Amino acid sequence: MGFFNEFIKGIWRENPTFRIVLGICPTLAVSTTVLNGVGMGLAATFVLLGSNVIISLVRNVIPDKIRIPAFIVVISTFVTIVDLFMAAYAPDLHRALGIFIPLIVVNCIILGRAEAFASKSTVWMSIADALGMGAGFTLALTLISAIRELLGNGTLLGIHIFPAAYNPAVIMILPPGAFLTIGILLGLFNYLSNRKST
Amino acid sequence: MRELFKLTIVLTIICSAAATALALAYNLTKEPIAYQQRLKKLNAIRAVQPDYDNEPDKDFLDLAVAKNKKGGDITTRFYITKKGGAFTGTVFTVSVSGYGGEIDVMLGVDPDGTITGVQILNHTETPGLGAKITEEKFIHQFNSKNLSNTNWALKKDGGEFDQITGATISPRAVVRAICLGLESFRDYRDEIARESKG
Repeated sequence: MGFFNEFIKGIWRENPTFRIVLGICPTLAVSTTVLNGVGMGLAATFVLLGSNVIISLVRNVIPDKIRIPAFIVVISTFVTIVDLFMAAYAPDLHRALGIFIPLIVVNCIILGRAEAFASKSTVWMSIADALGMGAGFTLALTLISAIRELLGNGTLLGIHIFPAAYNPAVIMILPPGAFLTIGILLGLFNYLSNRKST
Repeated sequence: MRELFKLTIVLTIICSAAATALALAYNLTKEPIAYQQRLKKLNAIRAVQPDYDNEPDKDFLDLAVAKNKKGGDITTRFYITKKGGAFTGTVFTVSVSGYGGEIDVMLGVDPDGTITGVQILNHTETPGLGAKITEEKFIHQFNSKNLSNTNWALKKDGGEFDQITGATISPRAVVRAICLGLESFRDYRDEIARESKG
């Protein structure tokens, strides 16, 4: 498999949100506005890239018995770096995402990719995998949050799309809206991929 | 035994590398974060009491304005605003329980105890309903009110402030917070005015 193939699989065939269904907790929680969704997606992508690169670099030195603690230390270091830099240079986004930035540490996508891919692959392929998975996660979050923001608030990126007379369906930006959106999109993705394979 | 030794060494090396990276990131972001926090505070102060040319975040007075349930002091920090050395008012925060948790209301008053501005700093009210307490339409109606010219209650409670459709507890809590704040300013006005000269 080439670089491009590893990259593209994260976007569609093994999309972390819609196909593997990992990392659903932050997906449900922060997808209330497009800005939050994109911000969370990019933060997770950065952590994924950093942890995949480091873990694939040291994959031959780390004894099997302590690989999980070693992975967690690497991941949490990158998460803390993201947290600090966001507080310094994007304070509004940092405030909006709040507790969900530190919680990237326990995002299953990142540990999952470290364990299933980076610890067995070359650095180059791990970069492709991280970028693909990150892009897939970011696109999924953008799609979900665009639907929720549009229906629940009548805006996209804070700009009014629907006329002022539109009465926003507030439920869409409350927790139930997250489950509704993700459920319907999951069904749609399953339908599309089933049709493709038959 | 030899294996245990190896595992310990590897983990120690990984953790030291992580600690070094974190120390670096912390040092790089320390000043921008402090700057952002100061900017946020000054912006909040300016939003409710624009009439100053001193540095209110360095010119403040902590007063015990009330007792909590355990008999301990509840301290409020009064930021003092001055223009050309003359006392122009003070800015402080009052916390009350709303529907979803604490609501922190920041208010600015002039030396006579009349409101110059109100901002909701933090809240966890229901989006779309109680969260409308942050809208300008709601918070602007408190400007230029004071204890003697106003009946401090919502219209449906026989007062004179517009309520919010679908929310009762949140706006009621805000009105109460502002009223409490004005009362504590009235009680401690002389001390604050004296501090402004010192």
